[in-house]
Amino acid sequence: MWTFTFRRVLIMIPQILLLSIVIFFLAKMMPGDALTGLIDPNIGPEAIEAQREKLGLNDPWHVQYWNWITNLFQGDLGQSFQHKLPVTEIINQRLWNTFWLSVLTLILTYLIAIPLGLISGRYNDTISDRIITGYTYIGFAAPVFIFALLMLFIFGFQLGWFPTGGSVTPGTVPGTWSFFLSKVYHMLLPALSMALITTVSTVQYLRSEIIDTKQKDFVLLARSKGVSETRIYRKHIFRNSLLPIAAFFGYEISGLIGGSIFIENIFSYPGIGQLFLSSLMQRDTSVVTALVLLFGIASILGTLISDLILSIVDPRIRMK
Amino acid sequence: MTDPLLHIQRLRTSFKIKDDYYAAVDDVSLEVNKNEIVAIVGESGCGKSALAASITGLHNKERTKMDGRISFKNKDIANASINQLNQLRGSEIGMIFQDPLTALNPLMIIGEQIEETLMLHQKMSRQERKKRTVELLKEVGIPRAEQIYYQYPHQLSGGMRQRVVIAIAIANNPSLLIADEPTTALDVTIQSQILDLIRKLKDEMHAGIILITHDLGVVAEMADRVAVMYAGQIVEIAPVIELFDNPKHPYTRSLLQSVPSAFDKQERLYVIQGVVPPLPNLPREGCRFKSRIPWIPEEVHEKEPKMHEVGPGHFVRCTCYEDFHFIGEDGGMNHGAS
Repeated sequence: MWTFTFRRVLIMIPQILLLSIVIFFLAKMMPGDALTGLIDPNIGPEAIEAQREKLGLNDPWHVQYWNWITNLFQGDLGQSFQHKLPVTEIINQRLWNTFWLSVLTLILTYLIAIPLGLISGRYNDTISDRIITGYTYIGFAAPVFIFALLMLFIFGFQLGWFPTGGSVTPGTVPGTWSFFLSKVYHMLLPALSMALITTVSTVQYLRSEIIDTKQKDFVLLARSKGVSETRIYRKHIFRNSLLPIAAFFGYEISGLIGGSIFIENIFSYPGIGQLFLSSLMQRDTSVVTALVLLFGIASILGTLISDLILSIVDPRIRMK
Repeated sequence: MTDPLLHIQRLRTSFKIKDDYYAAVDDVSLEVNKNEIVAIVGESGCGKSALAASITGLHNKERTKMDGRISFKNKDIANASINQLNQLRGSEIGMIFQDPLTALNPLMIIGEQIEETLMLHQKMSRQERKKRTVELLKEVGIPRAEQIYYQYPHQLSGGMRQRVVIAIAIANNPSLLIADEPTTALDVTIQSQILDLIRKLKDEMHAGIILITHDLGVVAEMADRVAVMYAGQIVEIAPVIELFDNPKHPYTRSLLQSVPSAFDKQERLYVIQGVVPPLPNLPREGCRFKSRIPWIPEEVHEKEPKMHEVGPGHFVRCTCYEDFHFIGEDGGMNHGAS
């Protein structure tokens, strides 16, 4: 188990390195640099060229990449020209908001998916199954941003049950119980809006997996042992149906990143999804590059977690 | 005469396909006694596995209809509730399945899978269960039982896994063992080891065994009595020696004819014409084997084929056996023995 984990973590190093190279070049390929816009037109081209030389923008690519990556390892992601602050500082403020929002969304996703998938798979082709699959089709068809707007409109503005923006009530003191509750309260509606939509694929996966598993020979053998239906589902079918769900987990995380960009903008939630969109609009290259790198690393971590979960659940994977 | 262990009377098991029910097992009557191996033979799709699963009601209840009587130890179990059946399954009636590679839960260690059946049917402490499990593993001929206890199915070979399946089936000393093609998925050496094991179990536990197979070699080696099934019905039933020496029904004779012989090297093997019709298209009237022996005149078949006693314990369905001859043989020369 430990050697598997160690090897699996080791593989991530070249993955992340490759990712950083790709992102670096994509950023370089964007037209213009820090000295093309927002420069006083009275400054002569010689002065600009001198500045370029000084900033290292005329160096060959591998020198530039090396400077960028070594700075990155020292925790220096550059300056944001929009906020006039170090990128790390801006991201740090918002990263935790997005992190906890994603965690809550994931929890809600599985809280919805597991019971629905179980009912739908166990009692397939019954009324309750049809209702659940009906819901999943609607979920597949409805874009997150439309659904989120609808939720915001109904529960935020019409009924007034939830706050319509921000991540915490202004004036609450960090570290107190009411601060925590206020945070959760602000996250609940965005997380639920996203979870209700992203959960449908998990429901479908679980449903088809259970329908598949319940016809397997080992389930028949369990029945022939006199195992009750409840126990068969709990001990034999459920765990065997979880494998693809676990494999799906990494993909789920990349989905969350994409979703957070919409959700945070709609709910004016100060997270990195919102930051990403505004930085993109403002051509704030250093922030965008840092965020793309962060998203990439999050996806790689997601697949790592998937693999580790799989290896815990399935002994056949552990052995290899 | 003592009552048989298992007595199936006029069993009909129908499956729902689209909106209609079709009988996969039709009018089957069968007795199994203690300390007896009854083999059920027939080609794929003849209903032998459906029959086996019907005995303990393993079919999906919503898509299956069962008529007739199944009495086990003089109790009717055809209409038993799921709880009553769960008490019988695994304790009084053990089952062995065809494919050992898929019959075990891939995510559970071997020991746990055997212990589950002990836990459900016997009051035992954890230590006793483990001790009994290791004993069972040794009993079915698994070496290093203490280590195998902690292994997962994928770490064992097919033969070993089939032994585990057998250990599960016999864990609570059942009085009836249903083995549904227990050796089909195994290679020949392992096959004979597994058959030896089943025979040993019969000698030790005196259980009644239903052995489902399409391998006539296995039948000759193992069975006390043989029931031949075709298209959901038993067409002939006889003690094993009688069946091989004196087969009556055209289907039985064709089956035996199509076994290759080491002594008589024919140019081509005998082949039964046509195929078993799929379930919805099965002929429901008259002799079901009629369509596959078209050279036999219509009149020799019974309108409603019944079982005829032709010897002690030897029954044949339909009267067509009296006038049956293989194609190319002269019908007049080869009249039935009666």
